[in-house]
Amino acid sequence: MANVWTRLKKDKWAYIFLLPSFILFGTFFLFPVVWSVFLSLIDYQIWGSEFIGLDNYRMIATDRIFWVSLRNNFFYALGVVPLWLGKALIISALIFPFRKSIQTFFKAVFYMPHITSAVIISMIWLWIYNPPFGLLNYFLSLFGKPAVAWLGNTKTALPAIIAQTVVMGGGSSIVLISASMNGIPVHLYEAAELDGASKLVTWFRITLPLLRPTILYLVVMGTISSFQVFTQIYTMTKGGPQFSTITIVYLIYEKAFRSFRFGPASAMAVVLFAVVFCFAIVQFRWLGGEVEY
Amino acid sequence: MVKRKMPVGKIVSFILLIVMALAAVLPLYWMVCTAFQRPSLTMEFPPEWIPANPTLDNMRRFLGRPYIWTWTLNSAVVAGTVTLLHVFLAALAGYTFAKKEFIGDQFLFWLYVGSMMVPAQVTLIPLYLLMSKLCFLDTYAGLIAPGIAGPFGVFLMKQQISTLPSELLDAAKIDGCSEWALFQRIVLPLAKPGLAVLGIFTFVGQWNAFLWPLIITRSSTMRTLQVGLTLIQEEVPMQFAVLMAGATFAAIPMLTVFLIFQRYFLEGVTVGALKG
Repeated sequence: MANVWTRLKKDKWAYIFLLPSFILFGTFFLFPVVWSVFLSLIDYQIWGSEFIGLDNYRMIATDRIFWVSLRNNFFYALGVVPLWLGKALIISALIFPFRKSIQTFFKAVFYMPHITSAVIISMIWLWIYNPPFGLLNYFLSLFGKPAVAWLGNTKTALPAIIAQTVVMGGGSSIVLISASMNGIPVHLYEAAELDGASKLVTWFRITLPLLRPTILYLVVMGTISSFQVFTQIYTMTKGGPQFSTITIVYLIYEKAFRSFRFGPASAMAVVLFAVVFCFAIVQFRWLGGEVEY
Repeated sequence: MVKRKMPVGKIVSFILLIVMALAAVLPLYWMVCTAFQRPSLTMEFPPEWIPANPTLDNMRRFLGRPYIWTWTLNSAVVAGTVTLLHVFLAALAGYTFAKKEFIGDQFLFWLYVGSMMVPAQVTLIPLYLLMSKLCFLDTYAGLIAPGIAGPFGVFLMKQQISTLPSELLDAAKIDGCSEWALFQRIVLPLAKPGLAVLGIFTFVGQWNAFLWPLIITRSSTMRTLQVGLTLIQEEVPMQFAVLMAGATFAAIPMLTVFLIFQRYFLEGVTVGALKG
């Protein structure tokens, strides 16, 4: 016991340095994470809460809108993540042969939408998608296509939001992939060239496999952020029309902060966490494994 | 690089890149363009791609609306405070994890790293209830506290500071440097690039934050600029010129930050993500 005490005393500066950060992290992050699981098991009322076990989960399992939001969110993630990654991979491959300054220029250009807030981007696209006055319908009218109410139609609303996310996104992925591509040893490419491999074959056989850790990271992070989509939905459609764009986080927001049903909303939040966690594990299984050059 | 074979391929890829870059930037250009255009033109086709008679009217009408400057100030105060405190505390904690051994160090660091997998929205409801218990609803404290508490900064700073030579710190300690002076005089200056990256990303993230400010603020005077924009959007959904003026007004500070610190953005993204 005395031993532990002297050890703690010797390390006291470590604890002092860590304390302010940890108090905040514990209070405003760790504690809420634990509390959210607890909240999902009680019937939360201001005047006193009651433990109700899994009732909140039963409630959301029979809630049709919750299933719709899950389905929409899977659809959104399945649309956004591959397209986003594909776009970033293509652009990274295209800028790779160019001079450093040209590479930097393109990276900066593609990064610009990334630092513009989701609210602003959504406001711009609300206008682009506007049926009578928007740019998109104007472009289509040049080809003789009739105007479409992109966000007002249950069939097009979610794809429209996906398209917007893909067109504006990918900036940081490009930077990351380019950095990894620069880390691939040149002699591998020289060997491939000597063997007479075409650029495309080289990319598929050498670049892509060696990028696997980066791609894994981007897929996991992209999936996690896709399941957190909120701002676009709030600004552009409020989940409509007829719940066709409602996503999990948006539904949690409505349940918790519009209807003040904290119990079911917390259960949804726990499910969201579970979904994201499962995705991460599956993706690590599929794409994981060491890469050696 | 000059005059190698396949210049055709290079030209084709350059054109492809330009087209994709235009698609990504066109909406932003369109926003700025409309902000300085006569409002009547927003309802006319074909669009005027370069405003023939640029005007500041839209911007004036946007800035003439109530609370705009209050919201801007709120956004600046919140983003600035979170950035300063978060960077400082994350550096302190990151340094401790990087260069010190103590009981529980691995477990505590694992807690931080593990938390990075948790979507922040999971904490939303408990955090709101906690804030209401603390009487932090609709206050700066409520806006700021969760921003400082996130685990990512600590992880990033640990990665950064781990790369500093331990010999230097040992030498300073032997010379009688106190623990605090060691951190302040040696670690902080050497970790400057990492601090800058974390600071810039934190500032931009906080300026652009939406969901938490939306929930935690209620009165018109406590809203942030992003939340304020959506309020205006809901009030006058068809006044595109004013809306785009507002969007431009809110985007310009970040675009400026980006142009000045571009290098940090483009290099900073890779920090902490790649195996280091």
